Amino acid sequence: MGFTLLYLSVIVLLPLAGLVIKASDATWPQFVAAAVAPRALAAYRLSFGSALFAAAVNLVAGVLVAWVLVRYRFPFKRVIDGLVDLPFALPTAVAGIALATLYGPKGWIGQVLGVLGIKVAFTATGVTLALIFVGLPFVVRTVQPVLQDLDPELEDAAASLGATPIQTFTRVIAPAIMPAALTGFALAFARAVGEYGSVIFIAGNIPMKSEIAPLLIVIKLEQYDYTGAAVVGVVMLSASFLILLGINLLQRWARIRQGEKS
Amino acid sequence: MTIELRNVAKRFGSFAAVNGVSLHVERGELVALLGPSGSGKTTLLRIIAGLEYADAGEVLFDGEDAGDRDVARRRVGFVFQHYALFRHMTVFENVAFGLRVMGRAKRPADDVIREKVTALLRLVQLEPMAGRYPSQLSGGQRQRIALARALAIEPRMLLLDEPFGALDAKVRKELRRWLRGLHDEMGFTSLFVTHDQEEALELADRVVVMNQGRIEQVGTPQEVYDRPATPFVYEFLGNVNRIACTIIDGQVDLWGHQFSVETAERGRREGYAYLRPHDIEILTTSGASSRAHVKHISATGPVARVELAIEGVATPIEAELSRQQLDALGLRLGQPVLVQPRNVRIFPVDAAA
Repeated sequence: MGFTLLYLSVIVLLPLAGLVIKASDATWPQFVAAAVAPRALAAYRLSFGSALFAAAVNLVAGVLVAWVLVRYRFPFKRVIDGLVDLPFALPTAVAGIALATLYGPKGWIGQVLGVLGIKVAFTATGVTLALIFVGLPFVVRTVQPVLQDLDPELEDAAASLGATPIQTFTRVIAPAIMPAALTGFALAFARAVGEYGSVIFIAGNIPMKSEIAPLLIVIKLEQYDYTGAAVVGVVMLSASFLILLGINLLQRWARIRQGEKS
Repeated sequence: MTIELRNVAKRFGSFAAVNGVSLHVERGELVALLGPSGSGKTTLLRIIAGLEYADAGEVLFDGEDAGDRDVARRRVGFVFQHYALFRHMTVFENVAFGLRVMGRAKRPADDVIREKVTALLRLVQLEPMAGRYPSQLSGGQRQRIALARALAIEPRMLLLDEPFGALDAKVRKELRRWLRGLHDEMGFTSLFVTHDQEEALELADRVVVMNQGRIEQVGTPQEVYDRPATPFVYEFLGNVNRIACTIIDGQVDLWGHQFSVETAERGRREGYAYLRPHDIEILTTSGASSRAHVKHISATGPVARVELAIEGVATPIEAELSRQQLDALGLRLGQPVLVQPRNVRIFPVDAAA
């Protein structure tokens, strides 16, 4: 246990402490001013809002993908299974440029959507789209093994007791995969909040509109405003920590409901 | 209710799991589907439940075709091999599940559900466990909860898939007796799948012996044990000695004893003689018998097993006799004895394959 704590301190806590110390260069009024500047507030809202939304979409889509991968047999299943990990492996900038090319005003999909009056590139929609892309594998990979272990007899049992397929899902399957799905959700969310490379190309980075918080930090750094960057960083860190803590508590509650001692 | 199967068949890819099975189960009967793994017994049970659909043939409940009714509407109580309890629900909620998922029009009020579930838990003697989770119960308790859950929907028949398979020997015996009592008391039609011959013979009114997707024999436990219809049933039920022999014009000479085979076939043919260990008489006095000697004696428990090496026969045969008989004979290792088969069935070779 001692080793674990030491390791965690060196790898995780030390850099975070450095961040907090840097931010504490600012006086209290300076800190507050930098933390709640309108441009910073807009960036938080976009970053956390789109990250939460993207994680929610991934929760649903990821469970579906995992379900199909576990329960169905189809040609090229192995290949599709491998494709799920691609957003992990792809350099984020490549993903970003690919998305920007596809959804840009002159891109294949962007052109069609443009006719329909939907703008994706350079808007919050574009940001969310990029975050959905990078977050998908997290939910799939956390839910998949749990579904694999889920005895198909449970579904048979529910059906033999008269449950409809929907009742079987909501009352039997969903509660069983809930803790894993929440973990996937939390991971997808955390990744989305910190995502940079894949977003900036499609976002257009218009201040107050499509500028994400991590980009704001980079901009501040480029302007040699190290303290300002650290302040925004600390705010993001605290908010992320609180949200992840909340998800963790939710998970614990779900597990206790399953009758397991934690 | 009665269950009738007519030429039911089911394939999984190129594997014929169930291959033309016809069976009639009377109201109130307790029937065992007995066979080795892969014999199609579980698939057959799942077809009756509606968890699997037959490729061909008909399933009739009380003479009415059930083929187009799905499992949710067959009102079948199904108990799964590994119980399939819902882990995230308490024992109470597990039992109440079938009532809670009923359509609004049919669903009983909450207090009616509570009363009913409590009564069922009392029936399976687990009322104090209502608030526990399945993970906090023993195997036997889980099995009984699975049963209570199946009974909650007031099924018209009870289907049990290897109901005692995962339990230790002592609990298994208790539960077996308890289930028999419950079946007689409730009076529904029950079918259970097992690979354990002792279980089938002890518990069931009738035993259906299955092999490779087909029924080998249907009959009371006594019938299938005393008069096996096929070599498979002989080998599957109880111990048996299989002895190669030659059939000549429907006659077999087994160590100097003549036996006739029910066949119109003339000429020479290879066959196997099936001989239960307790149908072998050992004599120390002289008589019209063959010569053998005692190779091994194992005398633990009420039944003694004696291995006999017979002159001119490669594999030793096994005989069973009571301890008193053994003591009366005063058998010793290596002692020459005379062996007299009492009851032999002979099958030509291709039937025994």
